[in-house]
Amino acid sequence: MTLSSSARRIVVGTTTGLLCALAVVASGRAAVFGPDSFTLDNGMQVVVVSNHRAPVVTHMVWYRVGAMDEPPGRTGVAHLLEHLMFKGTDAYPDGAFSQIVARHGGRENAFTSQDYTGYFQSVAADRLEMMMQLEADRMTNLILSDEDIETERQVVLEERRSRIENDPGSRLGEQANAAMYMNHPYRNPVIGWEHEIRALTRDDLMRFYRDWYAPNNAILVVVGDTTVDQVRPMAEKYYGRIPARDLPTRIEWREPPAKAAQLVTLADPQVRQPSWSRRYHAPSHVYGATEHAYALEVLADIMGGGATSRIYRRLVVEQKIAAGAGAWYNPSSRGPASFGFYATPLPGGDLASVESAIEGEIDRLLRDGVTDEEVARATARLQAEAVYARDSLRAPAQVLGASLVVGMTVDEIESWPERIGAVTAEAVNAAAREVLRSEATVTTRLVPAPAGDGT
Amino acid sequence: MTARRRPMVRLIALAILAAAVVAPRPASAVNVERVVSPGGIEAWLVRDTMVPLVSIEFSFRGGAALDPAGKAGLADMTVSLLDEGAGTFDSQAFQQRLSDLAVEMSFSAGADTIRGSLKTLNRNRDEAVELLRLALTAPRFEADAVERIRQQILTVLARKSTDPDEIAGRVWWKAVFPDHPYGRPVEGTPQSIAAITVADMRRLIAERFARDQLIVGVVGDITPEELRPLLDRAFGDLPATGEPVQLAEASIHAAGETFIIRQDVPQSVVVFGHSGLKRDHPDFYVASVINYVLGGGGFSSRLYEEVREKRGLAYSVYSYISPMSAAAVFAGGVSTQNGRVADSLAVIRAEWARMRDHGVSEQELTDAKTYLTGSFPLRFTSTDRIARMLVGMQYNDLGIDYIDRRNRYIEAVSREDIARVANSLLKPDDLTFVIVGDPAGIEATAEAPEIGG
Repeated sequence: MTLSSSARRIVVGTTTGLLCALAVVASGRAAVFGPDSFTLDNGMQVVVVSNHRAPVVTHMVWYRVGAMDEPPGRTGVAHLLEHLMFKGTDAYPDGAFSQIVARHGGRENAFTSQDYTGYFQSVAADRLEMMMQLEADRMTNLILSDEDIETERQVVLEERRSRIENDPGSRLGEQANAAMYMNHPYRNPVIGWEHEIRALTRDDLMRFYRDWYAPNNAILVVVGDTTVDQVRPMAEKYYGRIPARDLPTRIEWREPPAKAAQLVTLADPQVRQPSWSRRYHAPSHVYGATEHAYALEVLADIMGGGATSRIYRRLVVEQKIAAGAGAWYNPSSRGPASFGFYATPLPGGDLASVESAIEGEIDRLLRDGVTDEEVARATARLQAEAVYARDSLRAPAQVLGASLVVGMTVDEIESWPERIGAVTAEAVNAAAREVLRSEATVTTRLVPAPAGDGT
Repeated sequence: MTARRRPMVRLIALAILAAAVVAPRPASAVNVERVVSPGGIEAWLVRDTMVPLVSIEFSFRGGAALDPAGKAGLADMTVSLLDEGAGTFDSQAFQQRLSDLAVEMSFSAGADTIRGSLKTLNRNRDEAVELLRLALTAPRFEADAVERIRQQILTVLARKSTDPDEIAGRVWWKAVFPDHPYGRPVEGTPQSIAAITVADMRRLIAERFARDQLIVGVVGDITPEELRPLLDRAFGDLPATGEPVQLAEASIHAAGETFIIRQDVPQSVVVFGHSGLKRDHPDFYVASVINYVLGGGGFSSRLYEEVREKRGLAYSVYSYISPMSAAAVFAGGVSTQNGRVADSLAVIRAEWARMRDHGVSEQELTDAKTYLTGSFPLRFTSTDRIARMLVGMQYNDLGIDYIDRRNRYIEAVSREDIARVANSLLKPDDLTFVIVGDPAGIEATAEAPEIGG
């Protein structure tokens, strides 16, 4: 849920599925990608994975800056800046960047999350150098006209209407997030609050850009038909000549202990199918009680990872009170993560019964724990996902980038299968007790309302 | 947008980069083999030893458009139940087996085909293929599982029934194809889903899952010798012949109409379109280039430029060509705040007319060609994507050497071709618009058709 990635553009209406898939892939389920890694003199990390299946490469630059780094009152500046990065520089003005990429058969996009901002192109391998030239150019030479800012602000407001305002489930999610975090900037939506998007100025954007778009705050990931020996001189030539800059001091955000349960309800006439969720505060791979992160990944699979998971089996197959139910956990975040459960009751069913059924499963988990067999099955399945992740260019680039940018190391990513394999039932039970005993949860209820009451 | 700083610098930079525009040689390393099993099952194979896994993609000709009257959603519901218990495994046992073996198996119904997909680690290949055989030939359709899936479909339909994007799409197809199965949703309606029986589903399998309707594409770490017996194990038990696929040609209705479905949301969702060109039409590649320039081309299409970049009217605006077996449409969509929908639609109509009247510039044609040919290799990056392409090549009779020939069809398109095809294909006055929201300044020309649910 912390990876509420807001890609620059949707082509057709399958975005939810795509983003969910990316969120799963990005959750650190890495494999033995066998990357080569080095660091340029200016501090920019470079990671290369060779994959010679097709004569193409994926070229990504990840900045360690996202919505959580926005100044107070300036929500949405990271995302609006991401949009404006396509507008132009002296050398490539007026949208030339995208024209050139397209003209060379490339596909491109960008995304902003709470933790990072990323830009990528997929293109013929012999165009890699050109992509570096273009991407390095806009790392320092962006030009913003007031006219471009105004137009793109309107585009982002339309994006906000599409993603949030037109969809009651998303409106509820935004409110739930704000309830979940009392202090941490994760309480603000990645796309920003509407009134603050409207108020962003050219100075806000340029300050954020100059503060954070620097080689020593960026990671280059190249996956495809190339080698580290080919990438190194190109990276030195284009990215290496950009001087490192002093970065602003980052606020070490810490979330104070949550002490109260909260219920967030949204009633809307647009809702025909109610749904329920509950989220718990949890550590990530780099925040809080990190020693529990791998065990929590296994726990999420046992409790809610598909048609044989405990929650699905109990609510959907046996009790027949839910159409869908499961759990989620995404440990790849710079700040606090969450462990969540969700259920959609059958048509005509009520939220109270799915809530009490899930509470019953959590009680049983805390009382009896998980079995060795459940852990063995879950870890084998998760390890297999690591093999599947190698079967494309995007997945390795996405996993490596999203994991490194939040502060994990190449070694941690590469040893993910072993670390998952080392998780024991005792570790899962300890992690469950650490996270799921809390009373300070956020529960959401999305329910129908009579027409005329809503919005 | 119109700010032009230091134009000389820009021209020089563009000239340098433009000089490098030569289409890369696409995926010439892809070698497609025709493999025939002892039992006569044909598959197209691309060997790829990079990862120890294999992807098998397949289709049966004939899809949801063949669902009987009053039973819309039959194909979709049937394939949803194939992995819910088969052979000696009940639903949970089958799912547990898939999970323990880390086998990715999925099925889906489209209007014209039923598709299946199997991806497995090599070490579990035999077990995975056995599970596929069971799913195709011995699904159990136990009452418990049938009702669970029925309820899940009804839940999804309930959610979609108020979703502006879903409503817009459904109304558009219903308006344009009022009397043809293409006008029905693949997932059915609450009424039709309630009417589907196990006997219906068993009949569908008996009639449609047959070897003469089957198309198979395989990509991964497997030799032809290893693949042949697997093909027989997976598909050899299917009957040799199925019911012939008979689907009447679909004529297009509601040309030029505008339908409005009022909803209390801040942004109107609009879909629009008219007739298109089928996949086997000699001008299909010309139409593909037209679509790329008009609204199919990522960040550089005319619609993107005019609607989004210049005016900030939308986050998403696009067009596409959808060729089907019994019809083809040229369609698109846009989402704009209620107060400015009329502006978006005026721009879209104007761009439709401009393309019809003036075609494309030399530069636009060159750019479209270098994109469409240069991006072709990007389709060859994962085993399942390549396998799906192998299925598509067979479905559309493109020939086993299509990958080598494909870019030549794009290269052959001329501005004269585009002028000729755009003039007959693009009919701005025929566009059927469906608007869901509370648009200002637009009147409906007719009452929207009922979509049920």
